[in-house]
Order: sequence, then C-alpha cells, then structure tokens
Amino acid sequence: MLFLNNIWLIPLLPALGAAIMFFFGRKLQKSSVNAVCVGVVVLAFLMACGTVVQYNAWADGHHHRPFEKIIYTWLGSDTGHLNFVTQNGSQAAFQADAGFLLDPLSAIWLLFVTGVGMLIHIYSTGYMAHEGGYYRFFGYLNLFMFSMLTLILANNYVLLFVGWEGVGLCSYLLIGFYFQRKSASDAANKAFIVNRIGDAGFILGMFFIAWLCGSLRFVDVNAFAHAANHSPDTLKYIMAATLLLFVGACGKSAQLPLYVWLPDAMEGPTPVSALIHAATMVTAGVYMVARSNALFLLAPTSMEVVAIVGALTAIFAASIGLVQNDIKRVLAYSTVSQLGYMFLALGVGAFAAGVFHVFTHAFFKALLFLGAGSVIHAMSGEQDMRNMGALASKIPVTYRTMLIATLAIAGIPPFAGFFSKDEILWQTWTSEGGAYRILWGIGYITALMTAFYMFRLIYLTFYSKPRMSHEVEHHIHESPASMTMPLVVLAVMSLFAGFLGWPHSLGGSDRFARYLDPVFARGEARVLVEEGKSGQLAAGEKEEEHTSPTEYLLMFLSVGAAGVGWWMAGRSYSNADKGYTEPIAAAAPPVYKTLLNKYYVDEGYDYVFTGRRKIGNVRLGTMGLGEASSWFDTNVVDGAVNAAGWLTRASATLSSWWDKWIIDGIGVNGPAILARMLSYPARLFEAGLVQWYALVMTAGLVGFVFYYVYH
Amino acid sequence: MLDISTLHYLVLGAALFLLGVIGVLTRRNVVIVLMSIELILNAVNLNLVAFSRYWQGIHGPSALHGQVFAIFVITDAAAEAAVGLGILIAFFRNKETVNVDEVHLLKW
Repeated sequence: MLFLNNIWLIPLLPALGAAIMFFFGRKLQKSSVNAVCVGVVVLAFLMACGTVVQYNAWADGHHHRPFEKIIYTWLGSDTGHLNFVTQNGSQAAFQADAGFLLDPLSAIWLLFVTGVGMLIHIYSTGYMAHEGGYYRFFGYLNLFMFSMLTLILANNYVLLFVGWEGVGLCSYLLIGFYFQRKSASDAANKAFIVNRIGDAGFILGMFFIAWLCGSLRFVDVNAFAHAANHSPDTLKYIMAATLLLFVGACGKSAQLPLYVWLPDAMEGPTPVSALIHAATMVTAGVYMVARSNALFLLAPTSMEVVAIVGALTAIFAASIGLVQNDIKRVLAYSTVSQLGYMFLALGVGAFAAGVFHVFTHAFFKALLFLGAGSVIHAMSGEQDMRNMGALASKIPVTYRTMLIATLAIAGIPPFAGFFSKDEILWQTWTSEGGAYRILWGIGYITALMTAFYMFRLIYLTFYSKPRMSHEVEHHIHESPASMTMPLVVLAVMSLFAGFLGWPHSLGGSDRFARYLDPVFARGEARVLVEEGKSGQLAAGEKEEEHTSPTEYLLMFLSVGAAGVGWWMAGRSYSNADKGYTEPIAAAAPPVYKTLLNKYYVDEGYDYVFTGRRKIGNVRLGTMGLGEASSWFDTNVVDGAVNAAGWLTRASATLSSWWDKWIIDGIGVNGPAILARMLSYPARLFEAGLVQWYALVMTAGLVGFVFYYVYH
Repeated sequence: MLDISTLHYLVLGAALFLLGVIGVLTRRNVVIVLMSIELILNAVNLNLVAFSRYWQGIHGPSALHGQVFAIFVITDAAAEAAVGLGILIAFFRNKETVNVDEVHLLKW
C-alpha cells in the first residue's frame, strides 16, 4: 500500500523538477538538468507501475471500486459557506478537494503517460542537446507532466480542470519555445486561444453538473447518474451538460471546428509534438469524456453528436493529410484524424474500444513523431518531404521503427493499430440505426486514406530517389542512442500492445476491455434498456458471446483497405524523383489545391471569427467588433463629448452677448445715456459768466422778498 | 419844506442799492463791477444808519446798533475790496483783459 497511499507523489515529482529548473536551472550543467528532470519522470513511471500493481491487488478485495485519496479540501468547506440549491431543490455544499482517484481508466492513462513521457524525456536529451534553453525546455516538460498527471489522477472535475489548464499552458510555452520566431509565437497563441474557447464550454458544463448533482466529485456524479428515475427535465439538462463538456473536449482534442491549432503546433520542437500533441495532452479530451461516460449514456443525442463529429473530423483531417508536404504536418493531421476515431468510438458507446485506441495510438504516434524528429535531425533540419528520399539505408533504426509504426497506424495485423481500429469500426457497424453504417463507411474510407498518406510518407522519406542537396546528403547520420533507444522501445510496444486487446472473434480474451469493465459497465443495474432509443448504449461493451461472420468480413475489409492504400501509395511514390507530381494534382488540380490549403478553414476563420481579413469593406469577428467599438467611441461617444463642449461654448457665447448688449447696454449704459441726453437741454443754461450767476442770485433774492412781503 | 424822515433815507438807500445791483449785473469792466459792489455796501450802510437813528428816536440815545454794524460793514467792505482787487490782478494776469464777459471757461 506504500505506493497507493503516496499516490500524490506521482504528480509531485515532476512538479519538483519544474520548480528546480525554475529556480536553479540557469546555473545547472546539462548533465544535472538531465539527472533531475529525466530522473523525476523515471521515478514517476516506476511509482506509477508500483501503484497500479498495488491498486489491482487492492481492487480485488474491494469490489473493484475506485481508490480515492483526498489530501485536503481545496474549495468549499463543511461550514455551509458555499451552499447552493441544486436542480431538484435540495441543498448542497460546494466542495472540491485536492484529491486523487485511481481506477482502471486512470491506471491505463497513468501508465502510458508516464511511460511514453519517460521515453520522450530520454529522447529529448539527445534531440535538444545542441539547442539553447535546455533547462527551460525540460522545466516546461516536467511542468507538463505534472499538469497531465494532475488531470488524470484528479478525483473531481475542478482539479481535472486545473490539470486541463496546466497542460494548455505548457502547450503554449512549448509550442512557443522558439519564441523569437513569429510563426512559433503565433502558433502558441492560436493553440491557447482556441483551447480557451473549448474551456468556456467545459466550465459551463461543469456548472450544469454541479447544479444537477450537487457535487463535482466523480464518485458523486456517477452515483447521481446511476440513480433511477431521472425526470425528462433532468435528462435535458444532462444533455446540455454533456454537449458542453464535449465542446471542451473538441478544443483540447482538436476536433472540428476547434482543430485548427494542432497543425500550427508543429512549430514547437519535435519531442513536444510527440508528447503533447500525439500521446498525452490531446487525449485529455477523450479521458474526460470517458470519465463522464455515466452522464453521456443518459444523453443519447450527445453521444450521436460525439460520434458524428468524430467521424467527420477523421475523414476531414485525413483528406488534408493526403497532400501535405511537411512531414510533421502529415503526422499532425493524422493525429486529428485518429482522435476522430476515438471520439467515434466513444460516441457509439464503445468506450473500451476508444480507450484501447488511445493506448495503442500513444505508442505508434509518439514513435512516428520521434522518428520524424530523428529524420529531421539526420537531414540537418529539413522538414519538407519533397527534399528527402532514399534514407532507408542511411538511417536504418529510424527507418525500421517508423515502418513498424506506419504498419501499426495503417491497421495491418498483427500490429497494435489493427486491433484497436478494427474494434472501433466493428462497434460502429453493429450500432443500432442505419446512420451508423454511414459512419462506418466514413471510418472505412478514412482508414484507406490513413494507409495511403502514411505510406506516402514512408516512400517519400525512406524510399524513392534522393532529392536532397549534396551537403545535406553528406551529413546524414543515424541519431545517437539517447534518441534511438526510445524509438526501439516504442516500436516494441507498437508491435505487442495490441495483443492486450485481442478480440474474442480471433480467440483472445480481450483483457483490455475486461480490465475497464468496472469503469464502463453500469454497476449492478443495466438501466436504460427501457429507453429503447439506442439499444447499444445499454452496455459499455457489447456482449459478444458468439461472433457473427460479419465481423470477419469487416476485419478482412479493413485489412484490405489498408493494403489498397499501401498499394496506391507505392504506385505513386516509390520511384519519386525530383519534381515528382502528386497523383491528386494530376487527376483533379482544384481538389489538390483545396486540400493543400486545408480547405481554407484558417482563412475562413480569419474572415468570420477573428476579423483579420475584411469581407469587402466590412470586418467581422473580434477585430470587427473592435473596429465597430472604436467607430462608436470616436463618433458617438466622442461626438457626445464634443457636442457637450460645443454646447458649453455656444452657451458661453450667448451669455457673453447677453451680458454685453443687454446687461451692459441697457442696464449699465442706459441710465448714463439717459443722463447725457437730459444734459443737453440742461447745459444750455450754463454761460460761464459771473454776472449771470449774480443775476440769478438777485432774482432769487427778489423772489424771496416778494414771497415774504406778499405771503 | 418837506420833513426828511427815515423813509427818505431808506428810499435813497434802496435807490443806491438798485444802482449798485444794476452796475454789478450789467457793466463789462471788472473795476466798475467792484465799484458797484462798494456802492451796494454803502447803500446798506445808509440803511443801517437810518434805522439806527430811528431806533434812537424810540429807545433812547444808546440804541447805536445800526451804527456799530455800519462800522463793521465798512471794515468788511474794505477787506473785500482788497481781496476783490487781488482777484482782479490775478484775473488780469491770466487773461490780459478786464472784461468780465470774456471769462467763460465754464461755458459748455
């Protein structure tokens, strides 16, 4: 129980590595950085192995319950400060802990995240050996491991979201690792912003769940979901909540329409693409939906949406990948496409199949990216496949491991991808409803495309004629052991990992799906049979006691599709020399142009959502809103201010006129003018002569005398 | 023969007064105006003395009030004449003329 009780150490170790890099990394030697950062991840992997072993033993004696360990209460309290009223009117206290949950689902994720993460850390010591910012890179990688492990091991949605945001942050930091390049920093911004859009949906979904269930802990939410008798209103809200959660998953796991950040994310160093954008971060969305399977099963409409979006994404991205020339872009679109498969699986209720595909995909996609990194390293930084060719004999380890990975992703038995992809297609075909046959068809065509573009990659890179310049040709060398060893380990996993899910139809016991039964089976009761709508949703796993012949037929068809794709690629590219023509360009140039330009989706988003390009004279989107606001501010608000100013000046002019002409004119000057006018006649009496004064005096005197005498 | 009574003196005094006033009001020469003012004052003196005599006739020989006052008037006339002539000198220095109607600086 040592490992299990100290499960909190698993995320903490990489966090410690990141902290050491943050504080002391600048002064450390590269070997010290290696020792610290790679060492903590190796330790985390070993701990993870021990933990899972102990969990399996523990679970056997505890009804296969999830193991929960709560470290402390992070949000909320028992004192009732954060009480709120849930949808059915009862009181609930909001509480989110820093707690860890281990059940088969998180155990699987834990193992491959730490395992593949460890291999990629080792690979990076070789790949990044000559790059600047070494300690920064490993610090960010460790921070990423910490966030991803928090996400996987969280026992409630809030802590999961903390990890979710953390991996988004690390994705931003790592994509923009070469931040002096504008394209890299733009790509980092794009990744973070598009992710954020999904996060808005996630948060709203969390609000709904909290309101419905009263708690955000997985055990509580599952208990709520498994309860019988949900009212139609509750089911509507659950549908809303699950759709919003899926929006979050679309952002993180690059589904339509929020996939646009993933191809641009190839600006980051190749180990970053391998770890984050192939094996771990992009699977977080799948993890979250799988974790919420109890809620999704209550909302058939949401599941249909998930399946349709997944299938459409798969074929959409595969079609773009057919014509891309950058080796990493092909792999990026391949990742989006394979993620579409995973969501298709989740959407038809085949949760275990989806998780199985995540598991196998992590190995072969990481291997493909690391191999591409090895090729780029050998080609002195060249990434364009038009300038490669005939590398097979020169970098044999890389070639052989990438070939194994390509066989795996194309779905050729007995490599890993065959089992997982075939299971998904089979589950889709047998779902109730004719529409699922269409989805199967979409998945089928995508499988053909996958084989085509992956073998195109192999032929253009490793076969065909050499198309590179002579100096590059001279420098081609196999990568050091630190890089080739992880390739070999991953190739072994790509070969053998599929055997864990060897299906019943071929005589196996499907141990992978059985291991996941406690997570996806509906506990004791198999409810929703009375729902009737989508019968296949009644169980997370189809009960196949007998295998119908259709399964063998479909299996044969999938292998056939892979083979046809391989053959078509071989026909077009195996002898490609300088200036080779793309078959699609020769057959239908407008189609080629559209695919090469990624269906102009980025441009479309620029027109509609960001507003970086104008439509005629009108700018839409965020920048359009900015322009409109600016126009409003300049014309309306400032116009009002100017009007107020004008009004003040006009009233001042009026006041001054009033003061000058009315007050001063009439009030002040009036009496003066009156006095002056009256003075004109009055002046006439003045002569200035003394004798006149004397006369007037005399007249007055006479008047007095007369008055005195005659009165 | 007619008895010369007080009335005759008063009439004479009034006539002299009237002449003096007319002289003040109508003569152009400043000196003549001053002389007329003297004439007025002397007319007043005559009045005063006449009334003093009248009063002596009624209240006895000690009713000399009029005559005393006439002495005052004479003194006053002398002083006034001096001042008047001073003004005349100043007047002449400024204006080079002794015609009163040429001093009308206060005329508008």
